[in-house]
Amino acid sequence: MLAYLVKRLFQAIAVMLVISLVGFAIQDNLGDPLRELVGQSVSEEVRQQLRDELGLNDSFFTQYIRFLGNALQGDLGTSYFFKEPALDVILKKLPATLELVLGATIIIVGLSVPLGVYTAIKPNTILSKIIMGLSIVGISIPVFLTAILMIYVFSVGYGWFPAYGRGDVVHVFGYWNTNFASWDGLTHIFLPSIALASIMLPLFIRLIRAEMMEVLQSEYVKYARAKGINPRRIYFLHALKNTLLPVITVGGVQIGTMVAYTILTETVFQWPGMGFMFLEAVNRVDTPLIVAYLIVVGFIFVVTNTIVDLIYGLVNPTVNLARMGA
Amino acid sequence: MTFLKHAFGACAVTVMVAGAAMAQNTVRVAYDADPVSLDPHEQLSGGTLQLSHMVFDPLVRWTQDLQFEPRLAESWEQIDETTMRFNLRDGVKFHSGNEMTSADVKWTFDRLKESPDFKGIFSLFTAVNIVDEDTFDLVTSEPYPLVLHTATYIFPMDSAFYTGQTEDGKDKAELVKHGDSFASRNVSGTGPYVVSEREQGVKVVFDRFGDYWDSESPGNVDQIVLTPIKEDPTRVAALLAGDVDFIAPVPPTDLARVDENEGTTLITMPGTRIITFQMNQDRVEAFKDARVRQAIDYAVNNAGIVERIMRGFGTVGAQASPDGYLGYNPALTPRFDLEKAKALMAEAGYADGFSITMMAPNNRYVNDDKIAQAVASMLSKINIKVDLQTMPKAQYWPKFDERAADMMMIGWHSDTEDSANFHQFLSACPDEATGNGQYNSGAYCNAEADKLMNMANAETDQAKRAEMLQQMEAILYEDAAFIPLHWQNLAWGAKAGVGADKIVNALNFPYFGDLVVE
Repeated sequence: MLAYLVKRLFQAIAVMLVISLVGFAIQDNLGDPLRELVGQSVSEEVRQQLRDELGLNDSFFTQYIRFLGNALQGDLGTSYFFKEPALDVILKKLPATLELVLGATIIIVGLSVPLGVYTAIKPNTILSKIIMGLSIVGISIPVFLTAILMIYVFSVGYGWFPAYGRGDVVHVFGYWNTNFASWDGLTHIFLPSIALASIMLPLFIRLIRAEMMEVLQSEYVKYARAKGINPRRIYFLHALKNTLLPVITVGGVQIGTMVAYTILTETVFQWPGMGFMFLEAVNRVDTPLIVAYLIVVGFIFVVTNTIVDLIYGLVNPTVNLARMGA
Repeated sequence: MTFLKHAFGACAVTVMVAGAAMAQNTVRVAYDADPVSLDPHEQLSGGTLQLSHMVFDPLVRWTQDLQFEPRLAESWEQIDETTMRFNLRDGVKFHSGNEMTSADVKWTFDRLKESPDFKGIFSLFTAVNIVDEDTFDLVTSEPYPLVLHTATYIFPMDSAFYTGQTEDGKDKAELVKHGDSFASRNVSGTGPYVVSEREQGVKVVFDRFGDYWDSESPGNVDQIVLTPIKEDPTRVAALLAGDVDFIAPVPPTDLARVDENEGTTLITMPGTRIITFQMNQDRVEAFKDARVRQAIDYAVNNAGIVERIMRGFGTVGAQASPDGYLGYNPALTPRFDLEKAKALMAEAGYADGFSITMMAPNNRYVNDDKIAQAVASMLSKINIKVDLQTMPKAQYWPKFDERAADMMMIGWHSDTEDSANFHQFLSACPDEATGNGQYNSGAYCNAEADKLMNMANAETDQAKRAEMLQQMEAILYEDAAFIPLHWQNLAWGAKAGVGADKIVNALNFPYFGDLVVE
C-alpha cells in the first residue's frame, strides 16, 4: 500500500513536469502578453523594455529553468492580470469550482441510480423509453447551449432563478465561501449545477442501466429469484452492489473530466471559479496563470485517480494494490 | 452545530444588509470586463478611464456633444503661446479627507510622464508650474492645440495619500505594470464614488462619497455594484431577468430584444472607433498603384456591411474622422461602384486580378471575422483572390507587428479625440524615431498629408486647424490610403427608470456621478 502510494507520488511529479513543459512550449503560440498589458498607442521601444523586465526575451530554456527553480520553492509565477501569485489566484477560485462540481455530482448520483435501475428493471415501459430518449438528447447538446437555453427559460422567461454569478455566499474559512448555506446561494448554484450535470447524467444512467441488465442475467440473480427472495432485495442489495463497481471507476475519472467541463459552464454563468478564470487567462495571454492552472488540474486528475484506485481496492478484494505498487 | 449556527447567523446578516441596501439607490452594472487595476496610470484603456470617471475627476471633461465642461478646473486661459493657466475649484476634498491643491496636480502630472502608457499623450507637455494653491500653469514645449483635450486625462491623485512607504517597504507612488503595487490596490481620488470592496474579475462595489464637491450634480445613486459579465448572451439575459440595471456593450444581435422588452431601454450612439483595412505596398506591388487601391475601395460595399453584418449598428465611413471631429470632411462620401472598380483595375493593368493574403482578428471588434469574410468575397468580384486567415486578438497583434499579410484589419479610436491622431498612427509615413505610422501596416506614405498633420499639430487657431485636417482627410480619400469601413456604434442597455441616456457619451465613459434613478 505504502509502496503503491510512493510510486503514485513519483508518477504525479512526472506528470506535472510534463504538463509544465507542454504548457511552457505552447505559450509562445498563445500570443503576446504585452499587448494585453499596455495600451494600443504605446511605442515598440517601451514594449521591448517591459518584455526585458518580464524576462520574455530570454531563451526558452532559460525561462523554463527559471520557472522550475521557482516552482521548487512553491512559486508558480505571478499572474500578469491579478498581480498575485498564480497559485493563490487558483486556490481562491478553486472552492467555487469544487462546489459546482459537488452540486452536479449530487444531481448525478441522486438521479442516475434510481433512473438507471428503473430503466434496467422495466426496459419496455413508456417512461423508460422517455428517459432513454432524453438521455440521448442530453448527451448530444453541448453544455453551453443547455446553459444558455436554461438562462433564457428559467431566468429571463419565468424569472425563477438568477442568470449569473454566485449571489450571496457564506464565508466558511480561508478562501472557502459556500453556496450551500443560504437560499440565495442555492438558487444561484442550481442552474449551473444542472448544466454541468447534463453531460454526465445521461452517461451514468446508461452505464448503470447496462451494468444492471448484465448483472440481472447472471447466475446468482437467477438463483436468488429461484429461492423466492423479495425482488426489491435482489435489485437493490445484490444486483446494485455489483453494478456499482465499474461505475465507481468511471465516475472517478469523470469527476476529473467534469473539472474540464466547468470551463464552459462557468463562462456562460459568469461563475467565479477557476474554469472561467482559465478561459479569461487564455484570452489575456496570462501565461503564468495558464501554466499554473494546467499543473493544478493535472494534480487533481492524479489525486482523483489515486483515490479511485484505493476505493476500488477496498470494494473489490480481488484487486491487489500491493502488487500494483511492486 | 456551530457551523450551522454560523451559517444561519451569516444568512441573517446577509438579509439585514440586503434590507438596508433596499432603502438606498443601488445600481448594478454589468460590463464585459472589470478594471485591470485601481491605478489610473497603469493602463491606457477604456476600462481604466471608466473607472477614473467614477473614482476621480478630470480637470475638464467631454460633454455629450463633444464640448469641454469644467470639472476640477473651474476656468482656464491661454497666457502665452505655450502656457495655459488653470484655476482649480475651491473646497474639493479627496476620499482620504485631504484638500486638493495645485501640488496634487503637479504630482499627478509628473507621474503621468513616467507612465509607459500615458507618457505618449503628454510628450509635448513639459511641466506643471504651481502659481499658488489653486492656480497652476500647464506648459508645452511648442504651441499645441490639444491642451484641453489632454487635460481630460489629468485626474488629480491624492499626493499625500500616495506618498510614503508601505509596510513591506515599497514606495506608495510606485507605478508597476505587472505586479503588485500600493496604487493598484488602494485609491484616493476626488470622484463621486469610493471603492469599498473589490474582488478582481468578480465585482467592485462603489459607495457614494459623502463629501463630494459637486453638490449641484443631480446624481442620486448611493451605491454601484459593477460585475464583469464576459459572455454577451448572459449579460443580456441578466438585464432582461432584472438581475442587473445597466449593461454595456449590448451585442448587435440583441439590440432589438433589449429595445422591445418591456422594462428595459436601449441607448445607442454613433461611436468614434473606425474600422479599416490596410493594403501593404511593401508586400504587393499592385497596391503601390493608387488606382488599384481605389478599385478596392469601390469594390467594398461598406454600406452593405453595416446593414447586413452590423444590422445597422454602425455608421458607414469614408474617412477616419467621425462627424464632430475637426477633421471630419462632409464632402467625402462612401464609394461603392463595381463597374468603376473593374474599370480602374483594367486601367491599372490588373484586369485579370491577382492573389493576396488577408488577416483579421476574430474577437477584437464587433463581427470582425464576418466583416473580413465579406470583404474577401467582395474583392473576388474584381478578380482579387483572397486567402483569409482570422485569429484571436492575442495572436493577431504580433502578426500585425510583423506585417504578416497583404491586407490587415485595424480599428482605431483617437486617444485625443482629434483627427490628427488617426493619421499619426494609421497612415503617416512610418518613422521609428517619431513613432509615426506605428500601425501603418500598408506602408502608405504621403509627404503632403504628413506636412498637413504637422502643421495642424502646431496650429492653435481652430478654424485653420479644421481646414488643414479636412484637407488631409481629402488627400487620404483621393489616394485611397486605406479602406474605411464604418464607425462602430455604442450601445447600452438599462432598466426603465435608470436615467442612463443622460450620462453616456460617444467616448463610452458613462458619468455615473450624475446618474439619476427614479
